[in-house]
Amino acid sequence: MSVHDLSHGLATLSLAAAEHEGGASAVHATQADGLAAFGWLLVALPLVGAAVLLLGGRTTDRWGPALATALSWGSFAVGVLVIVQLTGLAPEERSLSVPLWDWVSVGELSLSAGLLLDPLSLAFVMLITFVGSLIHVYSLGYMADDPDRRRFFAYLNLFVAAMLILVLADSYLLLFVGWEGVGLASYLLIGFWNWNPDYAAAANKAFVVNRVGDVGLITAMAIMLATFGALDFATVHGSAGGASDLTLTLIGLALLLGACGKSAQFPLQSWLGDAMAGPTPVSALIHAATMVTAGVYLIARSQAIYDLTPDARLVVAIVGAVTLLYGAFVGCAKDDIKKALAASTMSQIGYMMLAVGLGPVGYLYAIFHLVTHGFFKANMFLGAGSVMHAMGNRVDMRRFGALRADIKITWLTFMAGWLAIIGFPFTAGWYSKDYIIETAFAEPGWRAWVFGGVALLGAGITAFYMSRLFFMTFFGTARWHEDAHPHESPLVMTVPMMVLALGSLVLGVVLYPTGVITGWLEPVFGHAEHGEPLIPVLAIQILAFVLMLVGAGLAWVMYGRREVPQTAPEAGPLTRAARRDFYQDGVNDALFTGPTMTLARTSVEVDSVLVEGTVTGGTTGGLNGLSRVLRRAQNGFVRSYALTMLLGVVVILGAVWVMQ
Amino acid sequence: MGGSMFVAPEINYTALLPMIIVFVGGLVGVTVEGFASRRTRYAVQVPLSVATLVLALLALVLLGRDNEGITAAGTVAVDGVTLALQGLVLVLSVLGLLVMSERFGGEQPDAFTQSGVSTPGSAEETLATKVGATTTEVYPLTLMSVGGMMLFVAANDLILLFVALEILSLPLYVLAGLARRRRLLSQEASLKYFLLGSFSSAFYLFGAVLLYGYAGSTRFSDIAAAISSNVGMDGLLVPGVLLVAVGLLFKVGAVPFHAWTPDVYQGAPTPVTGFMAACTKVAAFGAMLRVLYVAVEGARLEWQPVIAVVAALSMVVGALLAIVQTDVKRILAYSSIAHAGFILTGVVALDVAGVSSTMFYLATYGFMTIPAFAIVALVRSAGTEATLVDQWAGLGRRSPWIAASFTFLLMAFAGIPLTSGFTGKFAVFSAAVSQGWAWLAVVGVLASAVTAYIYFVLVVQMWLGDPGDAPGTVVVRPSWMTSFAILVGVAITLALGVMPSPVLDLAQSTAAFLR
Repeated sequence: MSVHDLSHGLATLSLAAAEHEGGASAVHATQADGLAAFGWLLVALPLVGAAVLLLGGRTTDRWGPALATALSWGSFAVGVLVIVQLTGLAPEERSLSVPLWDWVSVGELSLSAGLLLDPLSLAFVMLITFVGSLIHVYSLGYMADDPDRRRFFAYLNLFVAAMLILVLADSYLLLFVGWEGVGLASYLLIGFWNWNPDYAAAANKAFVVNRVGDVGLITAMAIMLATFGALDFATVHGSAGGASDLTLTLIGLALLLGACGKSAQFPLQSWLGDAMAGPTPVSALIHAATMVTAGVYLIARSQAIYDLTPDARLVVAIVGAVTLLYGAFVGCAKDDIKKALAASTMSQIGYMMLAVGLGPVGYLYAIFHLVTHGFFKANMFLGAGSVMHAMGNRVDMRRFGALRADIKITWLTFMAGWLAIIGFPFTAGWYSKDYIIETAFAEPGWRAWVFGGVALLGAGITAFYMSRLFFMTFFGTARWHEDAHPHESPLVMTVPMMVLALGSLVLGVVLYPTGVITGWLEPVFGHAEHGEPLIPVLAIQILAFVLMLVGAGLAWVMYGRREVPQTAPEAGPLTRAARRDFYQDGVNDALFTGPTMTLARTSVEVDSVLVEGTVTGGTTGGLNGLSRVLRRAQNGFVRSYALTMLLGVVVILGAVWVMQ
Repeated sequence: MGGSMFVAPEINYTALLPMIIVFVGGLVGVTVEGFASRRTRYAVQVPLSVATLVLALLALVLLGRDNEGITAAGTVAVDGVTLALQGLVLVLSVLGLLVMSERFGGEQPDAFTQSGVSTPGSAEETLATKVGATTTEVYPLTLMSVGGMMLFVAANDLILLFVALEILSLPLYVLAGLARRRRLLSQEASLKYFLLGSFSSAFYLFGAVLLYGYAGSTRFSDIAAAISSNVGMDGLLVPGVLLVAVGLLFKVGAVPFHAWTPDVYQGAPTPVTGFMAACTKVAAFGAMLRVLYVAVEGARLEWQPVIAVVAALSMVVGALLAIVQTDVKRILAYSSIAHAGFILTGVVALDVAGVSSTMFYLATYGFMTIPAFAIVALVRSAGTEATLVDQWAGLGRRSPWIAASFTFLLMAFAGIPLTSGFTGKFAVFSAAVSQGWAWLAVVGVLASAVTAYIYFVLVVQMWLGDPGDAPGTVVVRPSWMTSFAILVGVAITLALGVMPSPVLDLAQSTAAFLR
């Protein structure tokens, strides 16, 4: 904890704020040269993979998956090389632009497509390509027997490409292309086994809910276009200061709506649980590590706007806090291992949202937590996949138990993720989450109590439900189905898990005390440290640690030592509500789906009676009548055709003659 | 003056090289017909004609811009417009030729009859079928027609224009009559096309004579000079301009000179229809642009309203008649009439934007038409093309890729955004509006809305129709040639819809005529 210089805390904050005004708000990128000029390869490689696999057909069945994996690693390699080049530059110059093409230029409007290689986007590139490539490798084993393997890898590559477009775009417009691209990939992969109607329905649900969020993003872009006349980050962020408060707040809220859809934040969280219908590597990559964090990226990227609109930023923090608790409570009640993990993802992204809602100090910790979370959550999802692999694709934790002996590697790697997420000291999750809690406690006035309290409480609940999951799966008595024969997964699956487990344990130590992550992201976010928290930092840390112990201990008592019933027992109203996701679907049905369907049915009624009957009927009837008259001239006889031509000539010449 | 002395004109052969290559390729093709054995002809003709076209395209791209100028005693103008449209004709005819060459790996008959000259059902036809005759004459015929089209857009003289018109038309008349199935319909179409084409040529010649009487020359530049010096024989000028225009309007199928279009499009072998629809339009509009913009621009007050009315009529009549059709080929034929109207809207604008938007539209239309007809040729029932809309019921479930491609092309015909159809319409309408022809744009938008109806009927039939309603309809598996043409067409239609800028820029930079 030596990093915090408590005595200088306040002074630094005010200084940082001053610096921030001019420093980070307008990013001035210089044109990339050298290797970075080939930054488009980052996107192009996986895109080519997707194209080859999708268009190549069955001929690529044999080598397609390997090619997709190789291309994903290739993208990672390019990312590393670009980062090496960037570290050679002075920190404030680490922002390179790669212009791609002139997209639309009509009159005043000029939209071009280009990439922005800066520390923020490259941090994402590293996360996406590294974790993504590991998951490609894992999938080689996990999907080995699936007849549609090739299509799966094509979609994975498509996803990686789209996600990279999203984070590398230098304008909201291109970001939106990636945004929709990941949405498409997510849809295709959730519904990958679409012969199961439930899975197909889950894919549709994700798609529809995400469209609601998209309306927000589109609205934000429309307001930007109307206000600033441009959609590229440089112009929008550079001239944000000139816009009115109302405009900025509206943009901020509209962007938040988009972020809520993509990141499954309250109130657009309902799709994430169902999205677990997709194959587990997909859950790990898209619905835990990368895509669902795109909302956090969007808000962090739009910091220049949120810095100017405290109201919208407060809403961001509130949404984060609500989702944080919501996800945590739901996580306590789920028996499906993947759905419990999904709830935890929601809750952890709530932490990130809360952090970006806390202003300049929070951005860095949000991104830091995003990266560590990407590792430990992907690790645990892959672990869950390995458990399912061992248990004949079952997901009900009440029929697991005592698995630690049979699948030792999975158990140990999963333990690393578990330690990280509950915030065991010096693991990756401890570093990133503790700073968010401290920052929340450093907020002014009532916010310190509310946000700090929620964040702290969330940490305790997280410890409880993650320990519950861990103990129910690996400890206690074996409550297996008769036909279950647990066996460890092949190396191709366990090696990625080991790599991610290592990351879950050491990533925090490697990145934070060394100043790597702070130094890297500082050019983007400006230098900022949080002020004096409401209660001393040490007290917060001790409190968090104690709460973690209490949560984990409680879970051990309830699910580790005690016998777990094979079917879920009767429970109180709160548990029942949490099991059913606090009736999110019922609420959505009552508030949105029902009225929409009523509106649709009424419209159909009105359409068939009024429009079809009179308006269209009249128009179509009229047009058809006219057509029939004209059609008579088309009788097939050359002589009539020639006569038509002659008449045409005569009429034209006659008319011109008369007019003269 | 020697009077009878004939001085050989200066000719820049390099500038004419692309056309020379195509004509020579056609002549070689004719020779091949005479000497090659029946079996080897196809194998020789297809690569020969594709290579000819590619070579011509190469010559055009590499030598074209350095050899711009008016040559051959002022009768041929090689300028930006010429090069752009010649290039377009060449690319489109490569695609068209690939579709014509489709033989489905020998499992299915190709589109052409075994013996074009025989009476359908006669003993000669049976004999020709028995000996396995093929009509590989279509390749040299196509090359000749392409050569005529290239000359058509370059002609800077009324007489040369007429010669080019005939060179491009005569092979088309023959090609139209060579369908393998429904031969009577095909031969009837051919004869109709020939008779009405001759009729329109007569109008054209009459107009040309009047203009010669007016200007004392058939060169476009001389006619333009005569108009600007106001020689005062408007009684010859105005009818002359309009009659010449009639000849050209006939070729593009504009109302009221459109009557041949549906019958010929329906009767001709489908690949030929695609080639004809795409390339003839490019050539005829190219020639029309040059006549109207270069030769008689000074008399614009006389002809502009006429062209505008013809444009409006074409859009309206094409759209109205399209919606009652039940045959896919006829729908596309009427749609082509409506499209002729849309393109005329760009022609009317009479400025640089008019030229560039017209050329852009021609490109978009060409690249959606050839694949559309190529797909029509694939949908069959009992060995014959299934062209009734009802027969396409549920096609989306049988062949999702083909149905999806066709749906996309229909969206482009309708002018839905993200397709080239939208950008093309946007270009011509904005050109027209900027020159004060807003009412024409309004008519155009309304007509687009009407035509969209019939396209969506087809889409609904393909995707929501019950396949059980159309038993026996199958989609024949195409070889790489047709697949390539469809793929290229769809890709360009998408590309020009998403990223039109490069091609629009190209059209703008080449939109200047040499006068």
